[in-house]
Amino acid sequence: MIEYALLFAAGCYGIALLLDLWRIAVGPGPADRILALDTMVINVIALLVLYGIWRGTAIYFEAAMLIAMVGFVSTVAYCRFLLRGDIIE
Amino acid sequence: MNLFAEVLISIALVISGLFGFVGSYGLIKLKNSLQRLHAPTKATTLGVGGVLIASMIFFYATTGYISVHELLISLFLFLTAPITANFIAKTYMAYNLREDELPENESGHGWAIYDDPPNTSSEPLD
Repeated sequence: MIEYALLFAAGCYGIALLLDLWRIAVGPGPADRILALDTMVINVIALLVLYGIWRGTAIYFEAAMLIAMVGFVSTVAYCRFLLRGDIIE
Repeated sequence: MNLFAEVLISIALVISGLFGFVGSYGLIKLKNSLQRLHAPTKATTLGVGGVLIASMIFFYATTGYISVHELLISLFLFLTAPITANFIAKTYMAYNLREDELPENESGHGWAIYDDPPNTSSEPLD
């Protein structure tokens, strides 16, 4: 039963990644694209944790943690670059 | 693993998958940019929280130990989601709104993206 639930959740997050990609492609303005990238990062964290449950190992939590931190920093850096024209003033 | 843990993990996984899908569906469904900011910052973060709860129950049911990695990830995500939403809203305001379109600010200073912060243009702080 867990396998079917895992497949369902992974399918939901896969379709969600495709919808984010659509928003990156057509999004009218930089704020929408940054938002879609941030959502993609969060969906990838969820997919990594799902894969860790499926494999039964706890190795993937470190990868998910790293992606969470780097994704947050990249989103803030992109917004700062658009707001001030520079990342580190 | 007993049946109760399996049912609990499956329910958490299905609900979190639905939350993640709804978050990204709202990203393409809603009309305005600031409305679109609403969907992924709440629903997708809750979906990831559901996946992490399922993972905690799974590893407790299989190994017998409580793993705390998931709590770290969820704490970090729940801390940083409002900050990224604030930055994205500021970027949208700076690119799409003029200063006279915004309502008056009660604090005496202007909006943060148009005015300098207080106590920087005059003499420095002691």
